[in-house]
Amino acid sequence: MSPAIANTPLVRARNVHKSFGPLEVLKGIDLDVASGEVVTILGPSGSGKSTFLRCINHLESINQGLIEVDGEQIGYRLQKGRLDKLPNRAIAAQRRKIGMVFQQFNLYPHMTALENVIEAPVGVHGQNSKEARRYATELLARVGLSEKVNSYPRQLSGGQQQRVAIARALAIQPKLLLFDEPTSALDPELVGEVLTTMRDLASQGLTMIVVTHEIGFAREAADRVVFMDDGSVVEVGPPEEVISRPQHPRTRSFLSRFI
Amino acid sequence: MNNAMKHGQTLLTEGEDALRDVQLAHKPLRFDRIGLWTLALAIGGGFAYTVGTNKNFGWPIVAQYFFDPAVIQGLTVTLGLTVVAMVLGVILGLLLAVARMSKDRLASSLSSLFIWFFRGTPLLVQLIFWYNLSTLFPKLSIGIPFGPTLASWNTNDLVTPVTAAIIGLALNEAAYMAEIIRGGLLSVDRGQSETAEAFGMTRARALRRIILPQAMRSIVPPTGNQLISMIKATSLVSVIAMADLLYSVQSIYNRTFEVIPMLLVAVVWYLLITSVLNVGQGAIERYYSRGDRGQQLAARKEPETALTGDAA
Ligand SMILES: Nc1ncnc2c1ncn2[C@@H]1O[C@H](COP(=O)(O)OP(=O)(O)O)[C@@H](O)[C@H]1O
Ligand SMILES: [Mg+2]
Repeated sequence: MSPAIANTPLVRARNVHKSFGPLEVLKGIDLDVASGEVVTILGPSGSGKSTFLRCINHLESINQGLIEVDGEQIGYRLQKGRLDKLPNRAIAAQRRKIGMVFQQFNLYPHMTALENVIEAPVGVHGQNSKEARRYATELLARVGLSEKVNSYPRQLSGGQQQRVAIARALAIQPKLLLFDEPTSALDPELVGEVLTTMRDLASQGLTMIVVTHEIGFAREAADRVVFMDDGSVVEVGPPEEVISRPQHPRTRSFLSRFI
Repeated sequence: MNNAMKHGQTLLTEGEDALRDVQLAHKPLRFDRIGLWTLALAIGGGFAYTVGTNKNFGWPIVAQYFFDPAVIQGLTVTLGLTVVAMVLGVILGLLLAVARMSKDRLASSLSSLFIWFFRGTPLLVQLIFWYNLSTLFPKLSIGIPFGPTLASWNTNDLVTPVTAAIIGLALNEAAYMAEIIRGGLLSVDRGQSETAEAFGMTRARALRRIILPQAMRSIVPPTGNQLISMIKATSLVSVIAMADLLYSVQSIYNRTFEVIPMLLVAVVWYLLITSVLNVGQGAIERYYSRGDRGQQLAARKEPETALTGDAA
């Protein structure tokens, strides 16, 4: 690998703007995420964290700027100096490198845990079903759910559902994992089991962008913390700086709520 | 104490508490319910007896004609029309529902227009129009609008009573099914299609694997309803000279003047078909609510769990 490629960040966001009608939700976000890096995004509710995450895999299209993942511009293609919108199929293909974990888990309720996990590998990535099952069983074991492979989501607790959702995101062997407040819908006593799973992933060198209100997780597991407010990145840096010695008054006032 | 032994250590044994343990509770006998049941059964039995022994109903004639070749022939036509029209109606209805929900303005307006027209006009009139298509368009042709014709047919060769009946019933059914299916698709949480999308599924795959199976729970009951209406709606095709079940019993009583017994033959057949469909519908509904059932299903699958667990 040439040094130029090695230095290219996995995710590159430049001047990302996004509006819903008259409401400007993202006001020029710049962010690089290196391969293997764990970045957590903190910020008050409504500051545009979910929207930014959803722009990265083109669940929302952006109005200005550009987003690149793994060297490919998401949603567009530059050809002979002209930028064309990609057709839906090509966008679907770009998303296959990106796993996502949602606040509300969003497991497929008509499928068992195992079926949830193998759906994309078999149906989208064309993996052999037997191999996918083997790997899915391994992943479910890794998140501590060997006993639950054949349970339906409604038979699982919130924490177990979210761990299945994490296994499902891992099953596609993603280059990038996006987490949108993965523990916010959980009862307090179930938060720990999901955070433990995520800490394991962080220590295994996966590239993760995690929107969360768990300051403890950000402090221990993140390489960098991004503080967002009102559609802009206010402060970026290692957790010991942003969390322990915040420079900006808005960061300080946000963090003071958690002490 | 006897009860204490029967239930082992789980039973409370201290004084009056032993008697208050709710697992020993009896259901009270409800004399009012028993009375109502007796009354209902008496009225029902009495009614069945009067109808059964009333000579005017002509039950022996009903029995005699029940398996008459003409009746069975008519029954086959009714069932055949129902199945073909329903299958076509469901497929077209699904396409219409998806088109109506799409962001594409052209697709959604065309779909709305179709649904508006075919739900808004009587089926009988639609059937007569299809049957008489040749008086409106003597020739049907494929070609470039205002340009050369590529192929052309006599309308009467294409639109026989059978095709008129199938087209009429299927298009009408499609309009109703489109709305039923659309309602079902809308009932599925938006997060589901978003998740499918985030995992790189195409729209078609997301619809087939994720959205439709969940929508089925609210699609199946009204579809059962539609199917039952459809079986009865097929009797309208007798106006365009299709020999369905109703038409065949009518042609028999036009000869024998046994109007009531022959209509009873049709009624009993319609009820039999409907009963079979109800059973089928129940089975389908249970299948699509499988994610809902609690421990029962989990328990049944336990051995498999153990196996896959070992394999890992
Ligand atoms: N689909 C949408 N349509 C209109 N407004 C939206 C939509 N999604 C989000 N918003 C608005 O965008 C702002 C940012 O939302 P969000 O990204 O969810 O914030 P956060 O995740 O930081 O709480 C909020 O004001 C929200 O109401
Ligand atoms: Mg959010």
